[in-house]
Amino acid sequence: MGAAIEVHGLIKSYGTTRAVDGIEFSVPVGQVFAFLGPNGAGKTTTTEILEGLRPRTGGEVRVLGLDPWTEGARLHRRIGVIPQEFHFFEKIHPREAIEYYGALFGLRPDPRTLLERVHLTDKADAKFDTLSGGQKQKLGLALALVNNPEICFLDEPTTGLDPQARRAIWEVIQALRAEGRTVFLTTHYLEEAELLADQVAIIHRGRIIVHGPPAAIVAAHGRPDRLRFDGGPEIAAVLRRETPLSVSLRDHEVDVELGVPADARRVFAALERAGVPWERFRIERDTLEEVFVRLVGRMDDGVLKGEAAP
Amino acid sequence: MNARRIGADLLLTARGYVRSGIGLFFSLVFPVILIALFGLIFSTGSSPPTLYVANADHNSAASEALLAALNGTGAVHVQFVEGQTAAGFSAYLGRQQDSIGLLIPSGFGDAYANGTPFNLSLYVNPGDAAAAGAAEGALEAAVNELNLAHARAVPTVGAAVYQIGGVSYSYIDYLVPGLIGFSILTSPMFAMVDVTSSYRKEGLFRQLSLTPLSRAEWLTAKILWYTLLTLVSAALMIGMGYLFFGARLQITASILPFLVLGPFLFVSLGMLAGSVAKTPESAAIIGNIITFPMMFLSGTFFPVSSFSPPLQSFAHLLPLYYIIDGLEAVMLYGNTGRAVLDLAVVAVIAVVIFLAAIVAFRWRET
Repeated sequence: MGAAIEVHGLIKSYGTTRAVDGIEFSVPVGQVFAFLGPNGAGKTTTTEILEGLRPRTGGEVRVLGLDPWTEGARLHRRIGVIPQEFHFFEKIHPREAIEYYGALFGLRPDPRTLLERVHLTDKADAKFDTLSGGQKQKLGLALALVNNPEICFLDEPTTGLDPQARRAIWEVIQALRAEGRTVFLTTHYLEEAELLADQVAIIHRGRIIVHGPPAAIVAAHGRPDRLRFDGGPEIAAVLRRETPLSVSLRDHEVDVELGVPADARRVFAALERAGVPWERFRIERDTLEEVFVRLVGRMDDGVLKGEAAP
Repeated sequence: MNARRIGADLLLTARGYVRSGIGLFFSLVFPVILIALFGLIFSTGSSPPTLYVANADHNSAASEALLAALNGTGAVHVQFVEGQTAAGFSAYLGRQQDSIGLLIPSGFGDAYANGTPFNLSLYVNPGDAAAAGAAEGALEAAVNELNLAHARAVPTVGAAVYQIGGVSYSYIDYLVPGLIGFSILTSPMFAMVDVTSSYRKEGLFRQLSLTPLSRAEWLTAKILWYTLLTLVSAALMIGMGYLFFGARLQITASILPFLVLGPFLFVSLGMLAGSVAKTPESAAIIGNIITFPMMFLSGTFFPVSSFSPPLQSFAHLLPLYYIIDGLEAVMLYGNTGRAVLDLAVVAVIAVVIFLAAIVAFRWRET
């Protein structure tokens, strides 16, 4: 499989500030790629450059083998885009919007099928300005699919939506992937990226600080798994005495860091030998969100302390 | 340019426009209301103003003759006021609504009989120029009659007044082309300024830039829509003028080029104004600065020929002036030469503004 999106040394400057500072990545055809980063990190700028909405200052960008800025007209027939905070003409109904997009692309899409895909059939004939935020995003998604796109660009498609609407959008994204389409997704919700994405890239201050499959990123940058017991100082004391593992106590919770999964056996054996009663335990594992917060936070600290960024 | 895309955008524009209601009101209902309003105000046969007469020269033959002559002009309606002195009369008139008054001082009859020069006092309110003019004219005619009678002379020179073109035009005849011009200007201008700036703010243009629709196609659809609205509203206004106010207008196909070029010009101008502004708020201000002077100074409500010379020169700088002048040339005077000249001016301005709008108007940021 070739690359749907290829980015080499992409630079975007606004005056003297570099919003995007030499980033590199590629998205294989058929994968869901999540592009993450705090506000102002360069996410939307990069996305808009890929969509052909903004020119770049430097570097190479190929989307489906085309230059998005100079070959936008050809590219736009093959991609679908939901911009951040999707808007449409206030008094127009979703069914009419789909027919309109169809006419613009020279196609005759079936509005019913598309609205079914995004679970919006019940609002097919409601004015756009009467739709809820989630319903508006669903229409945006339906419109992005009118031209049967090879790549879907979804810029924060679930921001501000209730959990149910968010789940509905996730389902659509998973279906897109199952159909072999490439999805380029930006989001603030790390659990969304973890659930949907084959690959994520985290951008911060215009640079990509980490890139790879979510599980690999958590494994490489997360803390070790921890056993967490509900209990007091007694348990902590036993474990400190009986095992070489790192133990911490806080608010009636005891955390034991596991170097390898088999360390769990040593923990339970030690408690058994000491005859200390324990009621409940669970395994704590870093999520992508925790990794994200730590990586971004560490970088910000470094910058604040005047150290060189990694 | 792709006809299907233009058609689809035209349909979408029409749906949004009709459903929002407000635009439809301003482009179709409002001009009809204006015609009805102005037609009613100016077409009811106005009665002559009342002239209050204080006669301090009781029952002299001369004052009776003067009043008979005044009545004979038909330009004023004489109403006698009793017991007014010269000093109190002006104040009395000030309390009346229609304040024109004539004071005939005592001694008028004797002076007339002896042939001594004598002045009558006419009081007018400069604020009511029409009534003042009528009173001055009527009094002058009456005084002339008395003077001629005194000299036992016979008038040798007379004048008969005819109106231009063999037809007498009334205000409604000017009002219909003026208000067609008004709606050609206001309905596309206000809507396009708003649409251009708010669609950009809401990111709708960026979205459209991701489709094969081009800026020229989008603008063409808007021009078609406002041309359609203009045709309907012009037909309504002409119909109203004809049916209810007896407007005498020549309805020919020569009206059509103005009804097409006008919306073409002002849709483009509205888009230009909306494109150069940074925010919808400043767009509205720019739009108003362009629209309001044109709305009043192009011959919409008042003929430009009634303006002072500097204001007339200014009116000649306004594109709408040429549309209204051309519509009058076609609908009132049948003056084809003048209409063609006006049309040429409008066409040149429209093309220049259209091109400027296309250049200034951007789908996406650079």
